[in-house]
Amino acid sequence: MLPDIVALNTSPSLSVPWWKVVYDFSSLTEWIDASLHNYMSPFWTSITEMLIIGVLILLFYAVIGLFLVYAERKVCAFMQNRLGPNRVGPFGIFQTIADLFKLLFKELIPIKNADGFLFNLAPFIVIIASFMAIAAIPFAKGLHAIDLNIGVLYVMAVSAMGVIGVLLAGWSSNNKYSLIGAMRSGAQIVSYELSVGLSIITIIILAGSMQLSVIVEAQRDGWFIFKGHIPAFIAFIVFLISSTAETNRGPFDLAEAESELTAGYHTEYSGIKFAFFFLAEYINMFIVASIAATVFLGGWMPFHVGHWEGFNYIMDFIPPFIWYIGKTFFVIFLMMWFKWTFPRLRIDQLLTLEWKYLLPINLVNVLIMAFIVLMGWHF
Amino acid sequence: MEEKEKNINPDEQQEYVINMGPQHPSTHGVLRLVVSLKGEIVKNIEPHIGYIHRGIEKMCESITYPQIIHLTDRMDYLSAHINNEAVCLNVEKALEIDIPDRIKVIRTIMSELTRIQSHQLWWASFGMDLGGLTCFFYGLRDREKILDIFEETCGGRMLVSYNCPGGVMYDIHPNFQKRVKDFIKYFRKILPEYDQLLSGNVIFHERSKGIGKLSLEDAISYGITGPTGRGSGFSCDVRKHEPYSAYDRITFKEILHTEGDTYCRYITRIDEMWESMNIIEQLIDNIPEGPFAVKMKPIIKLPEGEYYQRVETARGELGVYIISDGNKNPYRVKFRSPNFVNLSVFNHITKGFKIADLVAIGGSLDLVIPDIDR
Repeated sequence: MLPDIVALNTSPSLSVPWWKVVYDFSSLTEWIDASLHNYMSPFWTSITEMLIIGVLILLFYAVIGLFLVYAERKVCAFMQNRLGPNRVGPFGIFQTIADLFKLLFKELIPIKNADGFLFNLAPFIVIIASFMAIAAIPFAKGLHAIDLNIGVLYVMAVSAMGVIGVLLAGWSSNNKYSLIGAMRSGAQIVSYELSVGLSIITIIILAGSMQLSVIVEAQRDGWFIFKGHIPAFIAFIVFLISSTAETNRGPFDLAEAESELTAGYHTEYSGIKFAFFFLAEYINMFIVASIAATVFLGGWMPFHVGHWEGFNYIMDFIPPFIWYIGKTFFVIFLMMWFKWTFPRLRIDQLLTLEWKYLLPINLVNVLIMAFIVLMGWHF
Repeated sequence: MEEKEKNINPDEQQEYVINMGPQHPSTHGVLRLVVSLKGEIVKNIEPHIGYIHRGIEKMCESITYPQIIHLTDRMDYLSAHINNEAVCLNVEKALEIDIPDRIKVIRTIMSELTRIQSHQLWWASFGMDLGGLTCFFYGLRDREKILDIFEETCGGRMLVSYNCPGGVMYDIHPNFQKRVKDFIKYFRKILPEYDQLLSGNVIFHERSKGIGKLSLEDAISYGITGPTGRGSGFSCDVRKHEPYSAYDRITFKEILHTEGDTYCRYITRIDEMWESMNIIEQLIDNIPEGPFAVKMKPIIKLPEGEYYQRVETARGELGVYIISDGNKNPYRVKFRSPNFVNLSVFNHITKGFKIADLVAIGGSLDLVIPDIDR
């Protein structure tokens, strides 16, 4: 295997422009892999790689978390005729770092009669669930920790695990508000998982694969939201709604519902444990936005229009990572937009929306998509 | 002991009792609601009041009439000016003083501005109760403009203490008319934005229509007044039925809606903001010339007797009942506060709805807790 990689690295095809080679992270990662193999046994190589990737993802995770909190505060401030954070650093960009330090140094208040073990475990489950999901997301060509052949399924399964943490947090806090929040959250996430799954299945039918890299590659000549006609668009809308509900964000933030349940399931948490919940919420938002970007909006693929060679050439020049981040933040902005515009739903309306509207629409949508794929009407 | 345990109704056992308040984001102050739940459904609400009781009625007995003004400010702090007006009108009625037109018109304009800013804050916090946080900032942004007008003329922003027996404290600021007209022009453009943000929202309709229905019979028998009562079709506008100040010389319509649900109470208040602007527009250009206060004796003594005056605050009918024994202090003062009465219907209309509805209904009743506790 080793000579092949070296060959790939040293002799790029001449017909490909130079930046396409530079933008292809797989050559870099494979080169690292190969050089590590020269020094170590395969076992230690994989251990080292895991550590490197773990640290990198952790770093990325922290940076994204901090940035998203800042972005949310700025976006909501502009929607509410405010300035938002503007004191710590230029435009307040260090505000979240200051907040992080505050939360780190805060006292962890022990709760009387709380189930100590579960109480302490819950934030970790929530954060690990979101941490694991990030591993499978392709950030750019060749830039993902693991390319599972069931990537979509993996991300969905792992990110849904977070609900266990929420339920545990609500149950173990020995607080009635927390318990109500956790009950709501359980009902909500379990129901909306269906819609998220079905809307992605619509695209899986179109792509013919669950592997995220294959799904992205299939969108080389057109993003699925354009390729899949109306069903893909409907699936995108449904995905946007149900993934917002799945991440417990407004207008579906019933588990927190600050005007009803003070802070819902994390009422009793303080300091860094609260920060874990807080961070996990934002990372979950980032994950669902990445999936939306990857599955519907072509992931790191540039925007191409048919035979406009010049246009496509310029689009190719923008690095894929920028494309990916741009699309993800577009979806995140959409989610922030309707969080700060809509009032909150009631629990029965929330479930009605899912079981009576989104689920039937989705089922029909899957059927139509299957028909379109069968007849080859997509382009 | 064993007997007792056997007799417990299994339904009662399953009740999940939570304390909402005194510190809770959506009780709008230090109101404590002991809520019995069954799952998400509200079985019973027991309001506990008195956390901000300051004994205002008792304090009034040891101070002079002009001093009472500063206490009534602090009852319903959102309609501070209207509370003051009630006391002043009552004192003037007792002394049988003729109030010049200028004072009447100024008072009316200020009352209506107070009503608008109160409804703006209500709209802001009602939106927040329903989870639409942006409403809060929109409401406060516009309220700031009225508070600036108050600040220029009265010195104070929220607790203005502008009225005094026999007139108002100072003459209006030279800019007053211009700024009020500017505000009306501005707010007529902005108010439809409120509708776009909240009233027209599907989620808002789902959350408010048919929730917390208060029938006309119940509204009358509980004595619910203000926009809450008018949302149920109870014609209870004191400005219309027993005009005081300058309300008898202007044309305005009493906003009535018949459904009696949360949505109707909401719409009633939105319409009232429009109507208040109409009232101000009729008066602002023709404020008569004259003194801004009648010359009063240094020490005001009410003749022996009982006096009652009611006014329409932003939340309903405020009655001020003064018993005088001829001294410079009142013998007894009683306030019929609209919020206290409106709170009494809370349990009745919320039973059987969900926790989220409890918050929405509480918001639509527009309770101000210092007015309940006094």
